Amino acid sequence: MAARGNTAVDSITAPQELLDIASEIVARARPDEQVEVACSHRQTTSVKTYDGALESLTVADSFGVGIRVLIDGREGFASAGSLDPTVIDSMLANARDNATFAEADDYAGIAEDDGVQAVEIDLWRDELGEVTNEEKINTALRLEQMVRDADTRITGVRNAGYGDSFGAFALASSSGIRAATRATSSSVSVSALAPDGDKTQTGYAYDGARQPGDLDLQKVADRAVRHTVDMIGATKPKSGKIRLLLDQHVAATILGLIASTLSGDRVIKGRSPYVDRVDETIGAEILTFADDPTDPASLGADSHDGEGLACRRNALVTNGVLRGFIHDSYTGRRSGEGSTASAIRGARGLPGPGIQALCVAPGSGSFESFVDDTEVGLVVYNLAGLHSGVNPVSGDFSVGVQGRMVRDGQLAEPVSECTIASTLQRLLLDVEAIGDDLVHLPNGVSTPSVVIGGMSLSGAA
Amino acid sequence: MRRYAKNVSIIETDTADNPLVDRGLVAELLDGAMTAGAEFAEVFAEDVERNSVYFDDGRIETLSSTRDRGVGIRVVSDGATGFAHTADLSAKGLRSAAQAATDAARSTAGQMRAPIAFDAGGDYVSAASKPPGAVGKSAKVDLVKLADSQARSVGTAISQVSARYGDNRRRILVANSDGVFGTDDQTRTSFGVSCVAEGDTGLQTGSETVGLTVGYEIFDRYDVAEMATRAAERALTKLQARPAPSGTLPVVIGPGSGGVLFHEACGHGLEADLVRKGASAFAGKVGELVASPLVTLIDDGTMNDEWGRYNIDDEGNPARCNVLIEDGVLVDYMWDGLRSRDAGRASSGNGRRESYRCLPMVRMTNTYLAGGDSAPADIIAGVDHGVYVARLGGGQVNTASGDFVFGMVEAYMIENGELGAPLREGQLIGNGPSVLHNIEAIGNDFAMGPPGTCGKDGQGVPVGDGVPTLRVAELTIGGTA
Repeated sequence: MAARGNTAVDSITAPQELLDIASEIVARARPDEQVEVACSHRQTTSVKTYDGALESLTVADSFGVGIRVLIDGREGFASAGSLDPTVIDSMLANARDNATFAEADDYAGIAEDDGVQAVEIDLWRDELGEVTNEEKINTALRLEQMVRDADTRITGVRNAGYGDSFGAFALASSSGIRAATRATSSSVSVSALAPDGDKTQTGYAYDGARQPGDLDLQKVADRAVRHTVDMIGATKPKSGKIRLLLDQHVAATILGLIASTLSGDRVIKGRSPYVDRVDETIGAEILTFADDPTDPASLGADSHDGEGLACRRNALVTNGVLRGFIHDSYTGRRSGEGSTASAIRGARGLPGPGIQALCVAPGSGSFESFVDDTEVGLVVYNLAGLHSGVNPVSGDFSVGVQGRMVRDGQLAEPVSECTIASTLQRLLLDVEAIGDDLVHLPNGVSTPSVVIGGMSLSGAA
Repeated sequence: MRRYAKNVSIIETDTADNPLVDRGLVAELLDGAMTAGAEFAEVFAEDVERNSVYFDDGRIETLSSTRDRGVGIRVVSDGATGFAHTADLSAKGLRSAAQAATDAARSTAGQMRAPIAFDAGGDYVSAASKPPGAVGKSAKVDLVKLADSQARSVGTAISQVSARYGDNRRRILVANSDGVFGTDDQTRTSFGVSCVAEGDTGLQTGSETVGLTVGYEIFDRYDVAEMATRAAERALTKLQARPAPSGTLPVVIGPGSGGVLFHEACGHGLEADLVRKGASAFAGKVGELVASPLVTLIDDGTMNDEWGRYNIDDEGNPARCNVLIEDGVLVDYMWDGLRSRDAGRASSGNGRRESYRCLPMVRMTNTYLAGGDSAPADIIAGVDHGVYVARLGGGQVNTASGDFVFGMVEAYMIENGELGAPLREGQLIGNGPSVLHNIEAIGNDFAMGPPGTCGKDGQGVPVGDGVPTLRVAELTIGGTA
């Protein structure tokens, strides 16, 4: 494991080798059993710098195996963090044992190949293997320095970080599915600090790509600095209705939350506000989005889903009309709609339907033109409390926010300690503009900037 | 080519009672790192077994068992930390990880050192009187089924019920170059019920969760049927809820779950790692009045059976009961090993990590506001127009600015000193340092809240919190009305 930076390409387990392990376990399936096995190997390096020096360097190897066994519609699962044969034996026995306690379900089962041809997407970049630990440390140090140099009001950097990973994943099942893939990824992040009277303001930014050469450090530094110094002197705004201007990062967060309510498991269990609403208008006419992991430009791209089916483009909302939901094989069978190849999982977890590569269709107009056209609005810098403030069942939406007001087409005073509220249902209908500035974000969402009206801003009385 | 471990001799694990890593090998790894020039070296071994039963939508959805074992090796050299972790517990795997951590810390000149002598550190056994691993799966399955049938019997509007049983046993071993050698054996058991009610106004949710650092005996203290009834009643009540107000109002927070207010408003800001980096609104304020004199805030890792309890932290230091704020005055921050070494003081036993894959950081344990002497009814009666929050959900804080949010999952209007209509969900937002000064009354009805998972820099650890009824002069309520 030493000198990982120079040798990682050689040391990650080949996907085919993982596939052989998975296939060998699948071959032990008894005649009355369905067995699905996922195996993974990941090597990661993570660098943190503080105050112009290395704070920590972490190198790691992680293995994973997840075994799913179905006997007469009863499902059992077990997983472990090791590919050691004795551990695998005990996990297989555990999964079988768990299955005996489950209840039979006619729809339970592993995925069956549906004949869709996989799009070949190369998620691997050899370049990452050429990068030494020294260079990784220097990348983080450089980012930290760029932030410090950008503005005299920046007095510190809480952390600058660089991280990367080499991953291999394989899946085999007794229905004959065999899928294996490998991927690289690389990311940087930084959070800046600036004093503001008794308070300290902070701004965070990050970027991610398949290889370090595609990271835009300057953009990350600029965003972290802007989000820090712009907030100096922030006050609590007056309550009222307001228009929100969301750049791509914030738009991705909010639209990602809404898209997650279109997941098949929520729908079949009556836990989505959009149950029974296919073919109805649920959003503004200018709004079109899909889940499209087949787009190689998306950082959520993949050739196969978590059950080994070929990924495909799934329309979700077209011109405001709900087109359908996303399904894994279970929710696909139960709903009668079939799997949309939307199972997501790690090797150590069970698959479930989820958005892989949300893609929002671009509209017209730039973010600057939206600011120009806004009499009173709020450019959102940061959202807080998404996990506690959004109820995906009822649709209630209320989150903390900070950003800058827009007045008469100009960026104006910064505001904080306030919330925005609506419902997820209203929010989609209140989309007023979509930009032409689509970007592919590290979280797998590809979206332009978005303007949403009719939000309740809560601040001072 | 790195091969998957085909022939490694793993220390026998099936009995789960043997040492995680051989003591002699640990000494060899630490000595090796120190000889290579490190200032500090540490071996952290962990073995976690988890079992869960998840019931949803009228059937057992998942029975799952996981096993996770591994070792994280930390080497500090010239102030830089090198860290490597591995699931390969063979002598070869561990030596290779130790070498990687030593390389990562960029150790320089080697020097001879005296071999490390381990002190007789803590060696703790699990306090669980009914180890969950010894309880049959069918008993656990029966519990989640009971929760489902009970919740559905509360009202026909209950359209969905899910219930989750979970247990985990976490054994750790920590040894370091200061001579610490300790082990702990932590067993946690939890149970949760969540209901959806369907009405004219759409779907509403209600839930109830309990969790303790005990074994299956948790069910001697909590009745699953009662929990299911409460969860269902909460969802049904919310069908009548109206949108929460928007703006700044007085807020009364009920006993128990309100602890998350302090967890977010000041707990994180009192973590020494954030303080040191200038990312805390409480930096440099020890000895100052930072809160209303009514406020005494404690973080107590020794609190019996609570969700955030342990015997030793993940750096081998004993858990402690630490007073953070006393009568409004900031007494001390929380510390881990690294930060306390830098400051030349003792750790407060708050060095925790999610797993062997993570470096430890300063983390809270069980954080609570000590009880006051007001009657809860009087606290509510003192509000003309405001909000009563019976249950809080999770929250988040920006420690640098002190702004924090938390979600109200069960709340009611207060009009003329009396509880009124139920409210839909919404977020509360405030600024930690100013909210602490705005606490006007504290009740005599202290209770711990439901178990929580605190996330920081991507690591989640179990934490508890608690409060008595309390009143804040004003908080901003993020509703739509």
